[in-house]
Amino acid sequence: MSMNNVGRPTRPEAANDAPAGHETLTGGRGLLQDEALIFELDGWNKTGVDLPDAAAPSSDLAGLLRSEPIGLPGLSEPEAVRHYVRLSQKNHAIDLALYPLGSCTMKHNPRLNEKMARLPGFSDIHPLQPTSTVQGALQLMDRLAHWLKTLTGMPAVALSPKAGAHGELCGLLAIRAAHEAKGQGHRKTVLAPTSAHGTNPATAAFVGYTVVEIAQTEDGRVDLADLESKLGDHVAAIMVTNPNTCGLFERDVVEIARLTHAAGAYFYCDGANFNAIVGRVRPGDLGVDAMHINLHKTFSTPHGGGGPGAGPVVLSEALAPFAPTPWLTHGEDGFDLVEHAGEEGAKTAFGRMSAFHGQMGMYVRAYAYMLSHGADGLKQAAEDAVLNANYIKARLKDVMSPAFPEGPCMHEALFDDAWLEGTGVTTLDFAKAMIDEGFHPMTMYFPLVVHGAMLIEPTETESRQELDRFIAALRALAGAAKAGDTERFKGAPFHAPLRRLDETQAARKPRLKWKPVAAAPLAAE
Amino acid sequence: MRYLPLTPEDRAEMLGVIGVKSIDDLFVDVPASARRDAPVDLPHHVGELEVEREMAALAKRNRAAGEGPFFCGAGAYRHHVPATVDHIIQRSEFLTSYTPYQPEIAQGTLQVLFEFQTQVAALTGMEVANASLYDGSTGAAEAVMMAQRVTRRNKAVMSGGVHPHYVGAIETLAHAAGVQTTRMPAAIDAEDAVIAAIDADTACVVVQTPNVFGTVTDVSKIAEAAHAAGALLIVVTTEAVSYGLLKPPGEMGADIAVAEGQSIGNGLNFGGPYVGLFACKEKFVRQMPGRLCGETVDADGKRGFVLTLSTREQHIRRDKATSNICTNSGLCALAFSIHMSLLGETGLRKLAALNHQKAVALRDALAAIPGYEILTPRFFNEFAVRVPGKAAELVETLANHGVLAGVPFSRLDAGAGMDDVLLVAATETTLDVDITFLTKLLTKVVGQ
Repeated sequence: MSMNNVGRPTRPEAANDAPAGHETLTGGRGLLQDEALIFELDGWNKTGVDLPDAAAPSSDLAGLLRSEPIGLPGLSEPEAVRHYVRLSQKNHAIDLALYPLGSCTMKHNPRLNEKMARLPGFSDIHPLQPTSTVQGALQLMDRLAHWLKTLTGMPAVALSPKAGAHGELCGLLAIRAAHEAKGQGHRKTVLAPTSAHGTNPATAAFVGYTVVEIAQTEDGRVDLADLESKLGDHVAAIMVTNPNTCGLFERDVVEIARLTHAAGAYFYCDGANFNAIVGRVRPGDLGVDAMHINLHKTFSTPHGGGGPGAGPVVLSEALAPFAPTPWLTHGEDGFDLVEHAGEEGAKTAFGRMSAFHGQMGMYVRAYAYMLSHGADGLKQAAEDAVLNANYIKARLKDVMSPAFPEGPCMHEALFDDAWLEGTGVTTLDFAKAMIDEGFHPMTMYFPLVVHGAMLIEPTETESRQELDRFIAALRALAGAAKAGDTERFKGAPFHAPLRRLDETQAARKPRLKWKPVAAAPLAAE
Repeated sequence: MRYLPLTPEDRAEMLGVIGVKSIDDLFVDVPASARRDAPVDLPHHVGELEVEREMAALAKRNRAAGEGPFFCGAGAYRHHVPATVDHIIQRSEFLTSYTPYQPEIAQGTLQVLFEFQTQVAALTGMEVANASLYDGSTGAAEAVMMAQRVTRRNKAVMSGGVHPHYVGAIETLAHAAGVQTTRMPAAIDAEDAVIAAIDADTACVVVQTPNVFGTVTDVSKIAEAAHAAGALLIVVTTEAVSYGLLKPPGEMGADIAVAEGQSIGNGLNFGGPYVGLFACKEKFVRQMPGRLCGETVDADGKRGFVLTLSTREQHIRRDKATSNICTNSGLCALAFSIHMSLLGETGLRKLAALNHQKAVALRDALAAIPGYEILTPRFFNEFAVRVPGKAAELVETLANHGVLAGVPFSRLDAGAGMDDVLLVAATETTLDVDITFLTKLLTKVVGQ
């Protein structure tokens, strides 16, 4: 019997018969096609690209040439289009329905931004062209920086980090450099709440810090007394998400900053949830020293099935001198780049984050988003995001149990699994049943401080109708769970392209690439 | 505001359902000192037309590669990407989905990642590949960190042919993690020089082929020396198309192969987003950074794919994770995989041969100009050339004549004493007339 990752059978025995009478003969299901791997389409000698014939390689490369078969199939253009379109239809997407992954901010991705990013003046320029030939690109970076600094109330920004976690890394490296410059290099501890994103402790440990957890209060905030007791001469920084991962604003954030600074440490704010407050609250006013901004969350650049993202980091006066290269400068001849740490203009930079200047394609999209919204639209977006989350919380609180019932939440509503007690249904089961109803599950089992957590983030781009449709689905499911209709949950999903997948088997005996069966035409290795 | 569906009536009714009077009541937890009455000092919202006007004006102030002769490489290459690629990656289901945490409704993304991993493993000649990293340079840094975990040693040796910006990215991460780095002096054809620097504390040796000067090297001997000392060999490649012509890292004893995958499926984009290819020997798989997609079955026994070995990752292991990576380069990996599927082995080999042929033509043309000296002995599609005077000034002059002539090495490493070294690249997009135009211009410039 298959088991899922919480040790529950992936399918109840009774469900074996459920769809039997309706199995198709081919594996296809209406519009959903069964699609083989590209390696199984017999395209070993095909290509979908017409190229002129080339001369034989020059003799200089004798002994350096690839002689063995590579093992790569090709597809003609119609076959390729069909392959990927068939695959695409097995994905849920924001464009299909509400995608309430808490902390991930799955908001609408405006298509104008895609169009702008494809202007040849942005998409077809090389990172190492003379800067005199890319003045528009540098100006766009400068303007994006201006917007980010203004929205956060911070004096500087490092644009180059490639995602949120990369931004965390950038922030901590700036903090580390600042401590070292002050002769405080002995500070090797980073404090982070138990509720923190996994990236926070992972990043801190990655750069050699020891992570100590800060306790949380009953009402889901940083425990100030615990923080104070753990601060000291050994602490380099605290990493606090605000609004936090419970979807709550840290009421004592100003005091948190004061205590941190008094102890000689810096305040790193995980800005994953900046979308809840953009245009209304400036982190600079809260005492933050560094904060990354996920352009793929707050500023709508597409998540693309797992990236690319972009994670610019705003920095306080104290940290700005240590920002990584490249640095953008503006002189009489226009914009220029200082590309090497230690060079005139970037003497104190801690180094570089990656080969070039960061995620230009994402800068263009984010800037187009900012221009479209304006100061008024961004503020309205934050307010609508918070309104939508509170609306969901209000309309579900009688059938599900909010983890923090008192007071408003910010952009996401957090529930625990207390309301499922005695139903035999787990958070995971409930989430899988949501798939059958046409919705992507919410973030589950995170934050870790709430039992069976269900973190719902609707974002501002959901209409009242879609929210009501989602709420109706969840209420109906909650009713079914409480009415003992456990089969609907245990075997779910029944209506997705696949049933529940055996993750244990995948991890126990990893199969990470296609391998030919015995008599295949080519060896894959 | 066109992106916000709620009407004023919706908002009023919803506030009523919540039981508060105004939106401000939902922000009560914000400290009074941080509440703002006035909006931030930025312009108000505008329509699509106005945004397009501003963006077009900015775009116009850049010289696109396609506007004239173009010879820049050094880690980013201009190739032709089939129209199908950009069409497919803009499908809603790929563009607007998240990391595939719910595999039952993410089989599209997951199967693509599985195919991508198989393609990358085949290209690099390695046993396993991950589902991508941010780019080649951060992949190289991650590889060094992985070598530290595998060998429990704290020293990395880098050749003088590794892209200086990759060296920078590696140093940033390695130094923070307590890994000491040694970089050999910049050298056009001396990858082997790293052998002398390997000792019993060496965790890894980082070499590049083709290297930043374009030089192609068989690194087998370096692999032997590294392995004899118990160190790992990391082979970096910045031009993924070269895999179609050259002996892959896996055939030369690499333990980890890292590459920039931008060349396949992805445009120049001023340096990002790109896609890092990361492959290694199977025995190191549990020390790998980043997402891994694996095959399994569903409850009905049907084949399916999931993200796997996630106990390596930050969302499970937190401070014990192999990397802090969460979001990576999914859509760029998709673009890579589609382009690779269209090319197939036949197309890739032809494309690679064509690139080499264009570079040979460029070499022959430049070699014939008095005062110019070809420095790279064996190359794929780019090479270093010694120019009279400073390469940076020459590039600036040629840019004023409408030619983007390449990358001065001094831009990558100002202290190497190689101010007269220019890196030039040719690809299938290079026209014979581009080469002719460049050589005529150079003859004229030199002649003055």
